[in-house]
Amino acid sequence: MGDTQNHKPIIELQQVSKRFGALQVFKDVSLALPRGKTTVVIGESGVGKSVLLKHIVGLLRPDSGRVYFDGRRIDNQNEQQLVPIRRRMGFLFQLGALFDSMTVAENIAFPLAEHTERSAEEMDAVVAEKLRMVGLEGLGPRRPGELSGGQKKRVALARAISLDPEVVLYDEPTTGLDPVRADVINELILKLERELHVTSVVVTHDMTSAYKVADRIVMLYEGRIIADGTPDWFKTCGEPTVRRFVDGRANPEDLEALDLQPKDTGE
Amino acid sequence: MSDAQAGQLPRWWSWSRQLVDGLGSFWVFAGQTAWCTVRGIVRLANWRLLTPQLYEVGYRSLPVILITGAFVGMVLAVQALAQFRAVGLEERMGAIVNLSVVRELGPVLAGIMLAGRIGGALTAEIGTMNVTEQIDALRSMGVDPIRYLVAPRVLACFLLTPMLTLFADFTGALGGWFVSVVQSGVDAGPYWDYTRTAVDNFDLFSGILKGAFFGAALGLISCYKGFYCKAGAEGVGRACTSAFVTSFIVILALDYVLALILNSISERLWGFQSLL
Repeated sequence: MGDTQNHKPIIELQQVSKRFGALQVFKDVSLALPRGKTTVVIGESGVGKSVLLKHIVGLLRPDSGRVYFDGRRIDNQNEQQLVPIRRRMGFLFQLGALFDSMTVAENIAFPLAEHTERSAEEMDAVVAEKLRMVGLEGLGPRRPGELSGGQKKRVALARAISLDPEVVLYDEPTTGLDPVRADVINELILKLERELHVTSVVVTHDMTSAYKVADRIVMLYEGRIIADGTPDWFKTCGEPTVRRFVDGRANPEDLEALDLQPKDTGE
Repeated sequence: MSDAQAGQLPRWWSWSRQLVDGLGSFWVFAGQTAWCTVRGIVRLANWRLLTPQLYEVGYRSLPVILITGAFVGMVLAVQALAQFRAVGLEERMGAIVNLSVVRELGPVLAGIMLAGRIGGALTAEIGTMNVTEQIDALRSMGVDPIRYLVAPRVLACFLLTPMLTLFADFTGALGGWFVSVVQSGVDAGPYWDYTRTAVDNFDLFSGILKGAFFGAALGLISCYKGFYCKAGAEGVGRACTSAFVTSFIVILALDYVLALILNSISERLWGFQSLL
């Protein structure tokens, strides 16, 4: 792959606006994601982080604005036209979204069975390889219902990468996991970037995870991008809204609503 | 129109708008399902999706359909017997009981039974897949959920409801015969003779045709309700209730329309035939 192509963003959102009923989720959001890098999108719950991911994969369409994947406009494509693009992306859903009528192995083999002509033996080999990558060897015959939350996320990740995608979209990959398991997921994200050179977009509100995996962090607030920088920049940023989110402090209006006084932070 | 404007308009306006919206998206959904079914016939992988649905809708429904049919025939015979006997026409009972079963009650009750047994399960299954993002997961992997989930389920209902209707007709006829001939001593010879003159192939055909319409309707409605259900366990529960109630009403309404059409066809082709 040439250098010039490497510098072109693989995913680009141009002035995307989206509204659900009375709720304006995005107002003219523009974002370009470089190839081979991990971009973390942070923001409060309900700010539209998952909605952003769903725009990238075409599960949602913008009310106005454009979405590009590898130089090709995708927001105006129909489901059939999106198939070749979606094959190049893996989506890790927040709760895994594993098919509970299938075993773990069948889940991981599903994209292969749908999109490739591989034989059963070849598919078994891919399944075993992906399970090994996520550290769950031998769990193939189990059902998703028999797995813990962390295991489900890892199986879902194995399924998301079974077609060796160029882009992996992670929707809150560490939410609901204990710190140790959350770190396993972080290491997996880094490993995929290192070994398969995937471009990752991680949506999270877990700052530990964000600092660990990000090449770049973007913060969404009230439908706009209010901060965009490296993890180091975020660690020292003085902007009050960003600071409050990064440090995990409630905002004064919320505390007032609860009849509490804001704590003296000693600043 | 903005939501602020909608808030000032009378409630019937927003209801009727919702109804038109819902009907529109239902027909789009039905059209996509039909298109996927027609286009998907040539792919072997799609037939593999159909087989488990045929098993679930057909084979697993058979016992309840047989029982439903038998009781329908028996109850009809019990109600009719006293009246026919009072006017001394009990030998002609076979005509009325069997014609009612084959033309109306067999297909309608088989349809309603399936709306409860299959429809509820379909809505719950697809609805749960919807709220746990499994349908989004399918789409994100470039798999059309209508082709993968909906088309085989609707096709199974469409193909097998007519066949199950025949089974309900069969046990219905047995039930009517049991009550009339075995229990109440009506003469078996004339009972079946009158049945044979009254029930012809067109009656059987109209029952089967109705079954096909009911099967397609209950399959489409149940899948549609699951596909667009609201979030959470409550959303799935409501979708199931709504799927059954809607299927029930649509089956009865379709039955009325089809009865009018089929009767007028039959009269035009063979003229009016009195049973008594």
